[in-house]
Amino acid sequence: MAVLNNGSAPASVEEAVPAATISNAYKNWYRFSRNPTAVIGAVIVLIVISCALFAPWIAPYPEQVDNFVDFRARHLPPSWEHWFGTDNVGRDVLTRVIYGYRISLLLVVVVLGLSIPFGVMLGLMAGYFGGWVEIVIMRLTDIALAIPPLVMALAITAVLSPNLMNAMIAISVLWWTWHTRLIYSITRTLKTQEFVEAAEILGASKFHILFRELLPNCVSAISVKATLDAGFVILIGASLSFLGLGVQPPTPDLGTMVATGADYLPDRWWQSVMPGMAILVAILGFNLLGDGLRDMFDVEDVR
Amino acid sequence: MEFLYFLARRLLWSILVLVGLSIIIFTIARVVPGDPARIALGPLATQEQVAALQAEMGLDQPIHSQYLGYVGGLLQGDLGQSLLTQRSVNEDIGDTFAATFELVVATVIVSMIIGVPAGVMAARNKDGWLDNSSRFIALLGVVTPAFFLAILLQILAGYVLQILPVTNRMPAGIDFQANITGLMVIDTMLHGRFDLTVEALRHLLLPTIALSAATIGQIMRITRSSMIDVSRQDYIEASRAFGIPARIRTFKYMLRPSFVPPLTILGLEFASLIGNAFVVEMVFGWPGMASYGVRTILQKDLNAVMGVVMVSGLFFVFVNLLIDVLVGYVDPRVRIRGTR
Repeated sequence: MAVLNNGSAPASVEEAVPAATISNAYKNWYRFSRNPTAVIGAVIVLIVISCALFAPWIAPYPEQVDNFVDFRARHLPPSWEHWFGTDNVGRDVLTRVIYGYRISLLLVVVVLGLSIPFGVMLGLMAGYFGGWVEIVIMRLTDIALAIPPLVMALAITAVLSPNLMNAMIAISVLWWTWHTRLIYSITRTLKTQEFVEAAEILGASKFHILFRELLPNCVSAISVKATLDAGFVILIGASLSFLGLGVQPPTPDLGTMVATGADYLPDRWWQSVMPGMAILVAILGFNLLGDGLRDMFDVEDVR
Repeated sequence: MEFLYFLARRLLWSILVLVGLSIIIFTIARVVPGDPARIALGPLATQEQVAALQAEMGLDQPIHSQYLGYVGGLLQGDLGQSLLTQRSVNEDIGDTFAATFELVVATVIVSMIIGVPAGVMAARNKDGWLDNSSRFIALLGVVTPAFFLAILLQILAGYVLQILPVTNRMPAGIDFQANITGLMVIDTMLHGRFDLTVEALRHLLLPTIALSAATIGQIMRITRSSMIDVSRQDYIEASRAFGIPARIRTFKYMLRPSFVPPLTILGLEFASLIGNAFVVEMVFGWPGMASYGVRTILQKDLNAVMGVVMVSGLFFVFVNLLIDVLVGYVDPRVRIRGTR
C-alpha cells in the first residue's frame, strides 16, 4: 500500500520542513509538467473554472442567459455569431454553456465542501480509534456504499422538491462514504508509524494526533480524490437535471439543456450536443488532472 | 466447509445491509417530507380527508411501529399501492423489472466479453500503441455521461445511418408479450419466433452500448493492471523458465487470478450501472423499472419510489453477493481469509 507520500514529512521534524518542501514542490512540478495528459487536464480545468468565475465577461450574449426570448433567432445553426447555435427560444447556446459551468462548479464546491470534511473526520476516527468506533463507522459506511448514489439522489429529490439546493443535499448524503473508506485505510497504516507513537508518548491530545499528525499525511490523497470526484459530481448532477430532477429552467444548467435540446433531434442537434460536449470536456479535464496528481503524489490507491 | 462458512457470513452481511437500506429509505420517505398523506392528496384536500388517509396508511401510529409495519410488508413482498397507476407497486415493478434486467444482463455480458480480452491485449502490448489507444478509449467511456452517449448513438445509428431502432423493445404494431422469462430475446426464441429475436436484439443494441461504455472502460483498465501485476509473480517467471508457451502462460496461469479484480470492480460499478439505467431507459423509451421510477418520482408517488429504490438496492446487494461467491470460487485465498 503505497499511500504514504514520503515527501510530506511528519510535523515533528519542523526544522527540515521548508527545504524539503521546496525541493519536493520542484520535483513534483517537474514530474507533473512532463506528463502531457496531466497538463491538458489542468488546462481544461482552468478554462472551466475561468468560465465559471468570469462568465459575465466571457459570454458573448450575457443578457440571454435565462429569461430571454427572441423568436426570430430560434434554432440558428452554429455560425460566426453563435458558435454553438441558438436554442428553441433564440438564446445563444455558448452563453448558456458558459453560465452552465457556474452551476456545475457551484454544485461541486458545495457537495465536496459538505462531504469531504465529514467523510475525512469519520475516516480518521475509525482508523485511529479502532474498536467499536471503527465497527460502527465502517459498517454504516459499507451500508451507505451499497446504495446506488444516483438512485438515492433520485429518491431524495422525489421527496423534497427538485431544485439546485435539494440536488446538492441529495448528492452529498452519500458522497462522504468514499472519503471515509479512503482515509480509514490510510490512517490504519499510519497509526502504527513511529511519529504517531512518539506523539502519543509525549502526551499529545487525541485532537492533536488526529488533526496535526494524521490529517497532514492524508492531504495529498484527499486532493487527488477530490479532483477525480469533481468530475463525477458534475456527472451525477447533470444526470439528475437531465431527468428533470435537478436544476429547473430557466437557470442555465448543462444537463437540463441536453434534455430540452433532445426534443429537437436530429436536425437541430447543436442544442443538446453542444452542452453535452461541454459536460464531457469538464469531466475529462478533472479526470486527467486527477490522474496526473495521483502520479505526482504517488498515491496509487486513490480511485 | 470453509466455503459454506464464507457463504453464510456474506449472506448475513447482505441481510444487514438490506436492513440498513430499509431504515434509510423509510426515514427519507416517512420522516423527512413531513406528511405523506398531505403529499398524496395535494394542497386542495381538506383536513378530514388527510386525517382519514393518515389513519388508512397507519401514519397515526408511533414511528417504530410504522417501520415494523413497513418491514413486515417488505418481508411479505408487499410494497404498497402506487398513487400514479392505482395498482400495487409489486405488480408495477414486476411488469417493468424484466426489461431492466434484460438490459443490465446484456450490459454485464458485453462489458466482460469486450473489457476482459481488451485488457489482456493491452497488458500484452504494455506501453505500445494498442495499450495507449485502449487507455484513451477507456477514458472516453468513463467520462462520457451515459445520457449523452445515448443521445449521440441515437443521432448516429438511428437518424444518420438509419440502421437501428431508437426506442422501445419491439417495433410498433408487433404485439408480442414476453410472458415466459420476461426477457424478449429469450422468450422470442422459446416461442420459435426467431425473426422477432433479431428485432429484440436490434432494439437492445444501442441502450446496451450506452450503458456499458463506462463499465467496459473500468474493466479493461483493471484487467490490464492486474495482468501486469500477475505477470511479475515468481510462478510466472518460473513457467517462463520452464519454457511453457506464452499463450498457455497468458490464458491458463495469468488470466484466472486476473479475473478477480474485474469481478470486484463489476460489483462496485454495478451501483453506477443501475443509476445510469435510469437515464438510458429514459432516452430510449425502454419500458423498464427505471423509467417507471422516474415517472413516479416526478409524481411524488412515494410508495412506488420507495419500492423502486428498495428493489434497486436488493438487486445491487444480490449481485455483489453473487460476485463474492464467484470470487471465492475463482480465488481460494479469499474464501479462507474471508476478505478480498
